[in-house]
Amino acid sequence: MANIIIPTPLRKFTNNLPTLESDGETVIEVISDLSGAFPELKPHLFDDQCDIRKFIRIFVGDEDIKALDNEATPVDENSVVSIVPAIAGGAR
Amino acid sequence: MLAKTQPDDIALQLQRLEPLIGHTPVYPITRAYDTGNVQILAKLEWMQLGGSVKARPAFNIVKQAMNNGSLDGRRRILDASSGNTAIAYASIGAALGIGVSVCLPENASEERKILLRSLGAEIIPSSRFGTTDEAQELAATLHAKYPERYFYADQYGNAANWQAHYHTTAVEIFDRTGLALTHFVAGLGTTGTFVGTGRRLKELNPEIRLVALQPDTALHGLEGWKHLETARVPGIFDATLADHTDFIDSAEAYRVMRRVAEREGLLISPSAAANLAGAVRLAETLEEGVIVTVFPDNADKYGEVLEAVFS
Repeated sequence: MANIIIPTPLRKFTNNLPTLESDGETVIEVISDLSGAFPELKPHLFDDQCDIRKFIRIFVGDEDIKALDNEATPVDENSVVSIVPAIAGGAR
Repeated sequence: MLAKTQPDDIALQLQRLEPLIGHTPVYPITRAYDTGNVQILAKLEWMQLGGSVKARPAFNIVKQAMNNGSLDGRRRILDASSGNTAIAYASIGAALGIGVSVCLPENASEERKILLRSLGAEIIPSSRFGTTDEAQELAATLHAKYPERYFYADQYGNAANWQAHYHTTAVEIFDRTGLALTHFVAGLGTTGTFVGTGRRLKELNPEIRLVALQPDTALHGLEGWKHLETARVPGIFDATLADHTDFIDSAEAYRVMRRVAEREGLLISPSAAANLAGAVRLAETLEEGVIVTVFPDNADKYGEVLEAVFS
């Protein structure tokens, strides 16, 4: 199971849990899994076209998924998936 | 050899800086959007010390703290910021010979960090998961631990923030528009601009309508703005002030950035564009009127955003 780190602004929708686990095998599966478990998260994670919002940075370990395989980036039980707010275009 | 700054020197230098705070031009938006009989005026707030609207609150916070003795020659200025207020403190601190320490989320852009370091500020990184809310907690913790080392400026809870806008921004706007002004529109971050300007404008003319703007989601691209449902609500916020609240999509703001660059010749920041998006949306509901909004900063510090918007 991959571990997901929830950013502070979204913890309101995860019963204040800072980390969660997912069976997903790719980033998109993990994020979809998350919004399925906590439906109030969905509008904050996905846009109207059901794409992950552009102003969210997602990392697997220390790598931005943009440098990997984007939403199709594979994850496993050792992966830590981080959802990070974008600040002024900053990434890390 | 650098001369050591004495309190009298600091007071004199503060007077020298004062003309660089506020007095920003008001620019009519005429080419980017056709709003009929509704005029939209934007206050170009980057035209002051440090390049953003935050010159006003930062200067007023420092000035008041010096006047009441909480900031002396020994303490450093400490606060949390996502960037612009930090840059304003760093500019003022450098000019006064006062050290500045800023709690900044570690995922802030390199451009911001380079600017801050260039101005001699110390960056204390806070969690990349926690936005400026956790940066505030870190600043408060540091101040509690080292009260002799720091003056905690606390822009989110310090009345000197909104008072800066009450005494300057609102007056400048009203001097320009007089009773013709019908609406003031501004995004909520620390909420100082909206609260201070709005409160004074309502006193000058109770008929003026105040429209507050927020990002439409918790994680957004509008630097400095807060989605109040999911953020720590600033202590200076006055929830009774707004006549209406609207929500802006970051992607819409980016489209506005592009349009304003192409048709007005202004490279504005995402939050400035979001303010204009709110003003245009409001104009579409009116038959006539004069709307004033603020452009908190320009696009100079947003290289990565410009690349995304214009590539």
